[in-house]
Amino acid sequence: MSLALLLKAYRDSMSDKVAPLRQPVSPASLATLTGEVAGLIVEALNLDITPADIDPDAPLYGEGLGLDSIDILEIALVVSKQYGVQLRADSEDNERIFASLRRLVDYVSAHRTK
Amino acid sequence: MVAYRAGAPILVPQFLGDVQRVATALGRSAYVLNACRDRYHFSVGFAASLVAGKVSLLPSTHTPEVVRQLTAFAPDVVCLTDDDNCSIALPLIRYPHDTAPLATAADCPVPSTVPRIDAGQLAAYVFTSGSTGTPVPYRKTWGPLVECVREEAKRLSLAGRGRCAIVATVPPQHMYGFESSVLIALCNAHALCAERPFYPADIAAVLDALPRPRILITTPVHLRALLAAGVALPQADLVVSSTAPLEPQLAAETEQRFNTQLLEVYGSTETGQIATRRPTDGVEWSLWPGVTLSLRDGTTWAQGGHVEQPTRMYDLLEIVGAGRFRLHGRVTDLVNIAGKRTSLAYLNHQLNGIPGVEDGAFFHVEDSPASHTGVTRLAACVVAPQLDAARLVEALRERIDAVFLPRPLLFVARLPRNSTGKLPQAALRSLAAAQGKSASAS
Repeated sequence: MSLALLLKAYRDSMSDKVAPLRQPVSPASLATLTGEVAGLIVEALNLDITPADIDPDAPLYGEGLGLDSIDILEIALVVSKQYGVQLRADSEDNERIFASLRRLVDYVSAHRTK
Repeated sequence: MVAYRAGAPILVPQFLGDVQRVATALGRSAYVLNACRDRYHFSVGFAASLVAGKVSLLPSTHTPEVVRQLTAFAPDVVCLTDDDNCSIALPLIRYPHDTAPLATAADCPVPSTVPRIDAGQLAAYVFTSGSTGTPVPYRKTWGPLVECVREEAKRLSLAGRGRCAIVATVPPQHMYGFESSVLIALCNAHALCAERPFYPADIAAVLDALPRPRILITTPVHLRALLAAGVALPQADLVVSSTAPLEPQLAAETEQRFNTQLLEVYGSTETGQIATRRPTDGVEWSLWPGVTLSLRDGTTWAQGGHVEQPTRMYDLLEIVGAGRFRLHGRVTDLVNIAGKRTSLAYLNHQLNGIPGVEDGAFFHVEDSPASHTGVTRLAACVVAPQLDAARLVEALRERIDAVFLPRPLLFVARLPRNSTGKLPQAALRSLAAAQGKSASAS
């Protein structure tokens, strides 16, 4: 397999195109994870809000919570330390994973190794 | 070969064909706002503008306000974009996306020669934010641009290595990315990379997919993230950092983890890059040949060489020898205590050079109680889990004048860096106030 195709396959496996092989996650654990991730975001970025203040369906990046790309990098770091998830993107476009807290939590839930 | 995308080469004939296609698509306007996000598309667009005698506009942002101001500057400007969702309020020229990829030289249409561009041709305008709120244009003429990046290739020792793959985390529209991720490749026969990786795992993956020699062009913000991310870092043949001085401990770790040299580039939008250093070798910078610095009324000016006009620098540069200077930070960083003068940036460099200090910063304290001598001290916050105050102060005392020793010296878990990685003085003071409160409450 060429390097280019290998890279594409790896990136596809990280994206929504290929369903991860994982046990289904119970709503209760997803709720717990959502609380944890919200807490990590507030702490990492030193935001002046509580984790419960983050609307799970509001955009994180740009509008909504209004984070910028440096904040995104910061969150990527805490998420990798806490859950062993390495965030990936097809380009510098952060909008998919950070479209909402819910999307981010789904991504973490699907790819966590810790 | 001109470029890589996903580790696959894009050859010169393909590039020349693409340039001709885009040059035709650009139409009659004299000015082009090149908003392409893919670095290869940007490069094709820039080359096409050159070939067609058009001037590329490279503002640092594309906010609606800036775009409005650009049309006042260049009423017939069009926007070249490769983004289907581009919302820039200008006539849009869409980058003609590839049809079938042309894999071999035999498949490509072959223009007869590589176009030659006159050294006196105006290639671009870059813009800085002016104090009046209107962007200030700076001319970038082709000859000086080429001269500048030819010297850059020498300083990065590219010539001896063979064709290099150059991957960058910075946008091609900013002066640093324009010079160090586009022009350096086009003018020195190296290969630029189409991608602009963002997450640490992506940066590592893009680098890893490239053949050696491969070079990473990046910034302190991304380097901090890369080193902290827990991803395996592929070997690089050189790492280059710019936009802010790098803490010495970070420079050392970068060299060790990538198993290569780290060079820093210093420059500005107005002047382009004008100096380099290897931070693990020392703090002094070495100027581009022909570029000179002079002090006028307490501010530093740069001119000569590829710098097209005498230009005021907004950093305090201390000339320490022929072609050498020290960077003392922004002019507003200046510190004067009891008649002794230094800068916060200088003090921070010293603090961060102390083994065991992970991050640290001096700052001015407001509202401190008036002393009998009227002297106000600096404070400092430091992240140094393995050190105690006595040892830290002793180490500082070896490096800086006693008058600058911090009072108070606060040990914290993290410094309140903002979205650009900078430390606003106000945030530091708040942190100090909070520490003071929690200390007195316990």
